[in-house]
Amino acid sequence: MSDKLKYDVVVVGAGPAGLSAAIILAKAGVKVIVIERGKFPGAKNVMGGVFYTDCMKGIVDEFPGKAPVERHIIEQRMWILDEKSSVGFNHKNDRFNEEPYNCHTVFRARFDKWLADEAEKAGALIINNTVVREAILEDGKVVGVKTDRPQGDVYANAVIVADGVNSLLAKSLGMRQNIQKDAVAVAVKEVIGLDEKVINDRFNVKANEGVTIEMTGNFFNGEAMAFLYTNQKSVSLGVGMVIADLVKNKLNPNELIESLKKHPSVAPLIEGGETKEFLVHLIPEGGFHAVPKVAGNGVMLAGDAAMLVDSIHREGSNLAITSGKFAAETYLEAAKKGDFSEKTLSLYAEKLKDSFVLEDLKKYKGLPDMLQKNERLLKKYPKVLNDAAFELLNVNGVSKKDKEKLIWKNMKQEIGLGNMVKDMLKIWRNVI
Amino acid sequence: MTLEDKLYLNGYKTDEIGGSHLAIKDEKVCATCALKQCLYVCACSVYELNENTHKVEINYDACLECGTCRIACDNIEWSYPRGGFGIAYKFG
Repeated sequence: MSDKLKYDVVVVGAGPAGLSAAIILAKAGVKVIVIERGKFPGAKNVMGGVFYTDCMKGIVDEFPGKAPVERHIIEQRMWILDEKSSVGFNHKNDRFNEEPYNCHTVFRARFDKWLADEAEKAGALIINNTVVREAILEDGKVVGVKTDRPQGDVYANAVIVADGVNSLLAKSLGMRQNIQKDAVAVAVKEVIGLDEKVINDRFNVKANEGVTIEMTGNFFNGEAMAFLYTNQKSVSLGVGMVIADLVKNKLNPNELIESLKKHPSVAPLIEGGETKEFLVHLIPEGGFHAVPKVAGNGVMLAGDAAMLVDSIHREGSNLAITSGKFAAETYLEAAKKGDFSEKTLSLYAEKLKDSFVLEDLKKYKGLPDMLQKNERLLKKYPKVLNDAAFELLNVNGVSKKDKEKLIWKNMKQEIGLGNMVKDMLKIWRNVI
Repeated sequence: MTLEDKLYLNGYKTDEIGGSHLAIKDEKVCATCALKQCLYVCACSVYELNENTHKVEINYDACLECGTCRIACDNIEWSYPRGGFGIAYKFG
């Protein structure tokens, strides 16, 4: 027994979920080790780029402080694209210039490294370059992990599994099944370097202020989502598609982003830019129904490993941090009892359920299915909407009354009156 | 910008000793697979059909470890590269 490497808690994965858990545990005097497969924390980690700050309360005081954040977002634009056009709306508000800022763009390779430094300062041990291959089980209870290092077994009272969307560890424990093709999207992103002043001018902002643009609509067969976010000296342009749709439409993700770069509404915003990095990552899109069992004997799943992403509001890292916080708090409760069984750790599931994390996912639980089963929503409506906007705004001698008739006729032809009523009801039920 | 140029930008450490972290489970399945989704779903074109042998070949040193292929096809054996190998993003 004495030669066993033993910690109180093993955290698998140095992302936002694992590191926030490690910070809370280390601050409470718990002996915690974080095992990361990348050469530094963040090396494997990707997101679109918007980080909501509220979740940092209780984890790192005075955020952002010295954290590596890019611009704070003061304007959000939503665009519905057709092949060569877009209809959009925006919200710009000077209140987003008040501290604490609502959200920032961040680069995860830098952000996660910084968060890991904070965890080390709090007393956690971070081990890089190490893959956790499987859990060590004794009497049906997780008591540690096996790594790819020689004599690399590490024992603990509990393991927090925060190894990301693919979570081979959660799968090997039987806590997750094979991911369904309609429950994840692949997103490709390019970080495109641009002069800081050019970004300020093009996006109509001052230094440090940022803009986000979310895009959807009738491009690439109508089932893609895209984004353009401003960083200090670059923009992050990305596009995502659910894997089921990628397979069905025989599309290649790199070709999707190449097409997006040429879209007339996007091209002028990135003109003259130089691509600095090319990134690919999966995003959980299954919502509430895709969330697995999150607690077992000696084990809890957090962040993307638990599929905690609210894709409709592009929130993920804040859900990850909140879940990591709850997992750590649950461990502290369990340690008081000296019992790390599933029964005690299921408090973690309760905490998630009683918070915005699962409440938000539950609110939109019907949405992934609705979007998958109703191609009209992302294929037909964007086109009809763009055509209607053009018709209304293009002055060509046709009276406004006749234009309205034309638009109405087009809507009835493309979608049908009955379908429109049905779709509105569906959206009402699933979104509002 | 070509895919090769994009991949060239990324920081990557190839595992020359450990070899590929990706494998095809059963080549017979590929031989009769009509869809061959691996050839197009991968953003980095890791999977390529060898015109001569008609076999699917794996360029594992272009893999950004996203996992799309393992979701799209059940015949792919997918694991993480050994610790410290594979992609290391600068920005993320």
